[in-house]
Parts: sequence; C-alpha cells; structure tokens
Amino acid sequence: MAPYASDDSTTAAQAREPGTRRRRAARYAVPVAVTGVAAATIGLVPALADSGDPDLPDITAQQLIEKTVASDTQRLSGTVKISTDLGLPDLGGLAGGMAGGLASGSPGRGEGGSAADPSAKLTELVSGTHTLRVAVDGPDRQKLSVLENAAEYSLIRDGEDVWGYDSASNEVYHATVPRSADERTKEHRTVPATPRELAEEALKAVDDTTSVTVDGTAQVAGRDAYKLLIEPRQEGSTVGAISIAVDARTGVPLKFTLTPAGGGAAVVDAGFTQVSFAEPAASTFDFTPPEGAKITEADEAAGAPERAPGRAPESGKEPAGGPGGPTVVGEGWNAVAAFDTGGGGLPTGSAGGDLGGFLGSFGDRVKGDFGTGTVFTTRLVNALITEDGKVYAGAVTKEALVKAADAAR
Amino acid sequence: MSRAETAAAVRTPRPLWTFGLLRSELLTTFRRWRTLALLGVLAAVPVLVGIAVRIETGDGGSFGGPGGGGEAGGGGPAFISQVSNNGLFLVFTALAATLPFFLPMAVGVVAGDAIAGEAGAGTLRYLLVAPAGRTRLLLTKYAAVLAFCLAATLVVALSALAVGALLFPLGDLTTISGTRIGYAEGLGRALLIALTVAASLVGLAALGLFVSTLTGSGIAAMATTVGLLITVQILDQIPQLHAVQPYFFSHYWLSFADLMREPVYWDDLVRNLGLQALYAAVFGSAAWARFTAKDITA
Repeated sequence: MAPYASDDSTTAAQAREPGTRRRRAARYAVPVAVTGVAAATIGLVPALADSGDPDLPDITAQQLIEKTVASDTQRLSGTVKISTDLGLPDLGGLAGGMAGGLASGSPGRGEGGSAADPSAKLTELVSGTHTLRVAVDGPDRQKLSVLENAAEYSLIRDGEDVWGYDSASNEVYHATVPRSADERTKEHRTVPATPRELAEEALKAVDDTTSVTVDGTAQVAGRDAYKLLIEPRQEGSTVGAISIAVDARTGVPLKFTLTPAGGGAAVVDAGFTQVSFAEPAASTFDFTPPEGAKITEADEAAGAPERAPGRAPESGKEPAGGPGGPTVVGEGWNAVAAFDTGGGGLPTGSAGGDLGGFLGSFGDRVKGDFGTGTVFTTRLVNALITEDGKVYAGAVTKEALVKAADAAR
Repeated sequence: MSRAETAAAVRTPRPLWTFGLLRSELLTTFRRWRTLALLGVLAAVPVLVGIAVRIETGDGGSFGGPGGGGEAGGGGPAFISQVSNNGLFLVFTALAATLPFFLPMAVGVVAGDAIAGEAGAGTLRYLLVAPAGRTRLLLTKYAAVLAFCLAATLVVALSALAVGALLFPLGDLTTISGTRIGYAEGLGRALLIALTVAASLVGLAALGLFVSTLTGSGIAAMATTVGLLITVQILDQIPQLHAVQPYFFSHYWLSFADLMREPVYWDDLVRNLGLQALYAAVFGSAAWARFTAKDITA
C-alpha cells in the first residue's frame, strides 16, 4: 500500500504543478488591483466631484454687482489658494529675500528691519502658489495667515493693534492704527489678498471701455456662485479676461481669475477652497507676543534710515529718483504710467558694462518716434525704458507701449 | 476522523496563537542589540539638539534670531527658533530633525530584516513549521515592524520632552498661527504629532517588508530599503518632477507641523495618512503575494 500511495501522491503533485503556479501568479493580481483601484480613484474622484455647474436663476450683471456691493457679510473665515504666474523667472524667494534685505539692511538684519514686517513678507505672494487663511469679524478684527512649510506668517488686526508674527524666526511686528472702519489696514496690505479686495479693484475699472457679463455659474468651495466676466473692449491690453465668482447667497466674491490675452494659464488665480460665514472663534484674533520673541515697533522701524519697506527691487528703481511723479497716458485698459527718471536711462551694453548687458539681455530693443529703448515683458505688465531715461509701464502689449511713448513725445 | 481532529486542534487556539506569535516576535525584535542601538541613537538626537540650542542661546537670546544665523527660518529644522522659550518645542524640533532620515532609516533596517533576516539565518523554515500559516506570520512580522515605528517615534518624543524640561522653561505655548494654548493642550498635541509621525512610517514599513520577501539576505533587504528611501527623498527635491511628487511616500511627512496651527490645517495631514494607507495596501499585498507563493529554501 505504501509504495502505491507514495507514487500516487507524486503524480498528484506533478499534475497539480501548473495549476498551483497559475494560482500563485494570480496572487500578484491583488497588489495590481489595489494599485489600479487607487489610480482610478485619484483620477475619477475630482471628475465626479466636479459634477457640473449649479442651476441658479438668471441674473443680470448689474444685479450681480449690486448684490456684491450690497453684501453686508461681516464675518467669514476660510482658506484661500492664490497662484500667481507673471511669467517672471522664479523670483519668489529672491524678491522676498531682497525686499527683506532692503527692509533690514542686510546681512546682519539691522535695527529697523524685522522678518515679521508685513510689507516685506507679503511681497512673496507675488509669485508662486500660496495657501492663505483669512478670518474676518467686523471692520476691526481681521486675520490673514500665510501658510508656509512648518511655519506660518500671521497678520492680525485686533482693534487698534496690528500684529505681524513670523513663526519661523519668532519675530513680531507691531503697529497701531486708528480704530475706524474706513482706514482699515489698507496701507499694510500692499497686496490685495482676499477675493473681495481683488474684486473691488476690478469693479472700479468698469466703464464704457469694459464689457461686464454674467458667464454662467460655478461651484466654488462647495458653494453655488455666479461667474462675472469682465473683458476689455479695447485693443492692445494684455488682460484677456477677469472672472469673478460671486456667492449666490451672500454676494461675497469667492474666486478671482485673471487670464492674459496671450492665452495660457491664469496670471492670478485666487479663490477660497473652503469658506464659512460663521463667526470666527474670538481667540483667533488674540495675540500676545510669545516669550523671547523679538518685537519691532512700526515707529522705530520707520525711523531707521536704510528702510525701504516692501519695495520689490524693480519698483524701487523706478519711482524713487524720479523728479515728478508718474503721469498716465491713455485711458481705460490701455492706461500707461509714464515716469521720467531724469537720468540717462538704462545703461546699454556698451555704455553700462556688464550690468547693462545683463539687464539688456532680458529685454527687447525697440525703435520708434520716441527714439530707442528696451522693452521688458512679463505675461501681464510690460515696461519700456527709453534711452533718455523715460519709463512707460502698463498692462498693454509691446506695440501699444511704443504707441503710448510716441504719443507722449 | 483523525484528520478532522487534527485540523480542529490546530484551529481552536487561533487567537491565542497569534498573540503568542506576536509576543515572541516583539521580544525578538526589541531584544536585539541592533534594535537597542538604533533606539539609543534616536534618543541621543534630541539630547544633542537640546544641548546645542542651550549653548547657542546661553546669553538669553533666541536661536536663529538676531545674529543667530542668516535667513529667517533658514537654519535648522522647523520650530528650532522657539525651543529656547519653551521646552515642549524640542519635541517638535526633534521629530522634524529625525523624520527625514534617522527614523525611516531605523524602520528600514528593522523592516528589511523582518523576513530576509530569518531566511538568511536559516530560521524561516522553522517558523513556518509552526502551524501559523504564512499569511499570519507575515501579518505578525508587519505588526512587529509597526510597533517598532511607534516605539522609535515615542523614544525620540520622550527623550526630547525630558531634555526640554531639563534645559528650558515650560509653560503656555504659542502656536505657529500666533494663538496661545495651555501646556496640557500642548502636551496633547505633542502626543498627536508623535502618533502622526509614527503613522507616516507605515508606508515605508510595508515597502521594507515587501523588499524583505524578495531576497534571502537581510543586509541586501536593509540596504535596498534605505537606498529607496534616500532616492525618493532626493527625487522629492527635484522641481521638474513636481507632477509625481505628491505620490512619493515621503512627500507629506513634514505635514505633522500643521497640527501646530490654529485651527489645525487638515488637508495635507489627511493626504499623508491616505498615502501611507495606500502604500501599506499595495506593498503589503505585494509582500503577501510574494511570501505565500515563494519556495522557502532556507
């Protein structure tokens, strides 16, 4: 019996061999299936969540703007994602660093400067993608936080006090403002950060040079919204369209998108990813400087001689030396700001040595009735610097800039 | 009849068996000199950081502040500028300092050794002789590796807590959003952060276990796991790869700092945990497919 049994089992094992192997191979289907399901989920869920635009009653552009202006929403909190793509080389850190350096008299960060200075800090928002948190409770209590890697920059207004707190360096900036609704913290917010402020800026420009329409509806931060589309009617502007999503219920602007005329990705795209109209917790606006933090008072900082608050390097160059402020040439979307620096203009390759050649390599040489100059282009703003030291800058095309320069002559 | 009886006898003590297997596995893991040395190194990191900050700020200044070092927040791991004001921040600093490399390296060593080490020492077949089954052995091994993740993180956190309490003042602390929280809540958040950091290592542990089932050499499995870790960390720094970076297991590791915001910013934390669960599912099942199908020769 034994030999038979042994033989029997051997044959059985041999017969089972291919089947076993197939079953073994089949086990690898499990990780493959898990990967597939995960990939499908990642791919499909956003598509499913984007389940079409909400159905809202029709509304005219006029009504929508009124709704926005009449909006009396005093309280909100939420998360804002802001992406800016001006087509500059990635100057985010550099510009911020240089502004910070200017503000503090680098390298050893002099008396006047502080890493928590709002104007220096908010310059960083000009390029790249940032996540912000906004909380508003009436005209006197606001908070704006820039979320960074394992750090955060908070700008808090509580009544008369404005605090800037940079958690990465543990530095505090303090200023006092009059307790009034009008003056706000405007001067401290050189960059309009919330969709509301951006929208207000855009709505100011509405006149007969502009077409304003309601362009359907959209879902923003889980809320139903109307889309207000603002387009320039004039030729020559680099602005393609401005789209503002306005919350259908409260009239609060939720998303702001600026697309360039040249096509491509939005130049500015700022919108709530999450928003709540409930009252923010009162503790949000309480701020006590932490132990050991270095506190800079705004008055002291202003007294420091070498302080040039928050000027991006480019803008620092233009207006500072100019005898006579900027004049505006053209109207509406084609407005061009003109400065006379009074100097010899941009040093050209031959005259200015290395620096001139370096700067010149960023721009295009142009000729016109005004003479010759160099045009520096970004995706939105172009600037013409002529050889006799005049600067023309605006959100217009290169040709429109040359025309403006010719007209000014 | 006798077959059925044997099967029943094998199956009845199942829960106890699993527990016994896990206990013996934990004892083997934590009794190893190698494991103890790894934990010792991890415990030494907060001590070093704490003493360094203490020496640097002996005159009462704050680290990384004026004259402390160049760019704001550019020097040292996250939270380091706050350590001299509140010892609890040493916990966060130490975790931020060890999470990119020390912690995952230790986990990679333990996970890589889990199966391949037994195979290399010739003890794997004896483990499989026990009526536990391969799947259960694998699960036990993974549980032991996860226990090590938690233990390693807690060793860092507790060592940092002790050093911080000895060298620096304690008290209410300021969140990175600028709001104040009490010391008790701060401790709670520290614990939550430690658990998050431990959970961040779950994906790497599964990856290491899978590598461990591929080879019969413990050293090879450890080297591969740690090598993968370093490679992924480097790739995560290359801006041109930003499209795939959100799928690297280490991409959201530092999101634990979001627990120190007020209110907590959950987006990246949730992404991190989801990603770790995904890695655990994919490489865990791959390890299962490989381990239950392979011929054990050693």
